Amino acid sequence: MSAAAKNRRPARIRKIREIATPEGVSLKVELADRGDRAGALIIDLVILLLGMIGAVVAIFFITGSVGLDRLGLIIVLLSMFLFRNFYFMFFELRWQGQTPGKRKLGIKVIDRFGQPLTSEAIFARNMMREVEIFIPLGIVFSGGATGVSGLMQLFSFIWAGALVCLPFFNRDNLRAGDLIAGTLVVRQPATGLARDMLESGEKLQASGDGQYSFTTEQLRVYGIYELQMLEELLRNVSPEGGMKRLTAGKAIVRKIKWPDPVHEGQMDAFLQAYYHALRKHLEGGLLMGKRKENKFDGPPPVA
Amino acid sequence: MATPGTKSYQFRMERQEGWLQLEDYVRRAEKDGIAALSAREVFELPHLYRGALSSLSVARSISLDRNVVDYLENLTARAYFLLYGHQRPAGQAFMRLLARSVPDAVRSISREFLIITAVFLIGLFAAFFLVLENPDWYFTFIDQSMAQGRQPGASVEDLREPLYAVKDVGDGLDVFATQLFTHNAQVGLMAFALGFALGIPTLWLVFANGSTLGAFLALYYSKGLLFEIGGWLIIHGSTEILAILLCGAAGLAIARHYIFPGRMSRLQALAVHGRKAALVAFGCLLMFLLAGLLEGFGRQQIVSDGLRYGIGIFMLGLWTLYYLRAGRGPEEDEA
Repeated sequence: MSAAAKNRRPARIRKIREIATPEGVSLKVELADRGDRAGALIIDLVILLLGMIGAVVAIFFITGSVGLDRLGLIIVLLSMFLFRNFYFMFFELRWQGQTPGKRKLGIKVIDRFGQPLTSEAIFARNMMREVEIFIPLGIVFSGGATGVSGLMQLFSFIWAGALVCLPFFNRDNLRAGDLIAGTLVVRQPATGLARDMLESGEKLQASGDGQYSFTTEQLRVYGIYELQMLEELLRNVSPEGGMKRLTAGKAIVRKIKWPDPVHEGQMDAFLQAYYHALRKHLEGGLLMGKRKENKFDGPPPVA
Repeated sequence: MATPGTKSYQFRMERQEGWLQLEDYVRRAEKDGIAALSAREVFELPHLYRGALSSLSVARSISLDRNVVDYLENLTARAYFLLYGHQRPAGQAFMRLLARSVPDAVRSISREFLIITAVFLIGLFAAFFLVLENPDWYFTFIDQSMAQGRQPGASVEDLREPLYAVKDVGDGLDVFATQLFTHNAQVGLMAFALGFALGIPTLWLVFANGSTLGAFLALYYSKGLLFEIGGWLIIHGSTEILAILLCGAAGLAIARHYIFPGRMSRLQALAVHGRKAALVAFGCLLMFLLAGLLEGFGRQQIVSDGLRYGIGIFMLGLWTLYYLRAGRGPEEDEA
């Protein structure tokens, strides 16, 4: 493997994890960024706060109008507790591991071991929020009210801090709740099915007037990595895409020692044809168990 | 012959209809929930999913069209989330949690519970006898601010009077009850959360709680008020102390399975047993809620010792029955 193979990743570094499905095929999922998760949490907390304020106003308005202010205060104190505990549970149960914030940012909760996401896991991971968010908040704002004081308070503060920062200390960005519930937060995938790049080539070939034909020597120059880079270039419809194709095309012409000059207008057609031939060649190799990862892989092309 | 020559192209052409259909179902279900699909579509969903999954396996090995492979990875992952995601309605899930999961989780930490109880009792007896021996020990266990005049020098009457003080409901008592709940719940959760620090602070916290109680009891015992303080404490204490012990036991369970994961990997052990521990803690939250109500309303309204003991012991029996017996029946269908 060479430097080129190491650089295969797209510009944005994505953290991919494999989960084994019960069907025995492993699926690749992309881990949610810490930033996205923090964002989702902030959205949820804002909704929660607004909901609480709304509920408090409503409760006081109703109980106040019938002269039961005190009852109102109790209901408010209890509903705070219910709100903050059940908000996350309710939505994650209902929306299959998503809360409004998570949905907005396109992330969701799954089981880390590929099993179905159970309601127990959802309860457990959200139960920990009380410990991760609200107790540290309590310690910061109310000091001794948590039943600890002095040195213990300092310790519990450090401790709470360590719990909050847990996602930064492991490679799967797990928070304490994820850790004990066996869950993982991933990016909700979305990729459309694009046209197969072979389509036009196949038609061209079926009609029998392919302009270009390549020798095996010319096809043996490149591997799968280069093929897929070419695919990316061909799918790129932006104006820069055209420029990039031109540069890449020239490089290919040089590399495979294509005898005839290729003009600018013909470059796309040439690349299409080369992509088609190269893919057919490499896929043929795959069927025979030969996998040429990139241009450095396998026997060097005959000079 | 007009058959296209490339195998991966043929492969795709033959199967992509099923993929697109699956994508359509998944998209609708993601948007409006699984109820958006008709019965027939729901029936087809797993078949289409398995089809796509097998296409993915094939595509990974024969196709070099990156878009197809990426698309299938995504599509199957989405369908997988849908099929293996959570489908139980929230209310039903909650009922099941209370009826089955919580008692079951409590039973799974019985050993830790025994240890925690032992630690608590050691703290209690140690403080009790130390204070009896020498009242100077009292403030080692109990904070000045917490004592509020309940200290060794106080007269019997001074100590007795607050135990039976009847407060009016209009006296801010109800609010006091809810605050008690919030406060106690936080202590319990702290005991649970400290299990993450390998359990030592949990043991310490439980020991400290036990010794506070022991010192209190010793003070009242020395004035011949043990029976009275017992009633004052047990009415809510049976629920509250049980909840604190359970929280501590849950914390200890986390620590134990992290240190000794057995056959599983550490993370796996933590996931399996931590989940149960969290459910125990969740059950304890509800217990704290009840204890707060008993403490705030019950204790201040009911002054008869007999009734106080009666309620306290009844609650203890209720919890024992619930945690030992509930949810043992066969699992109803896993839908």
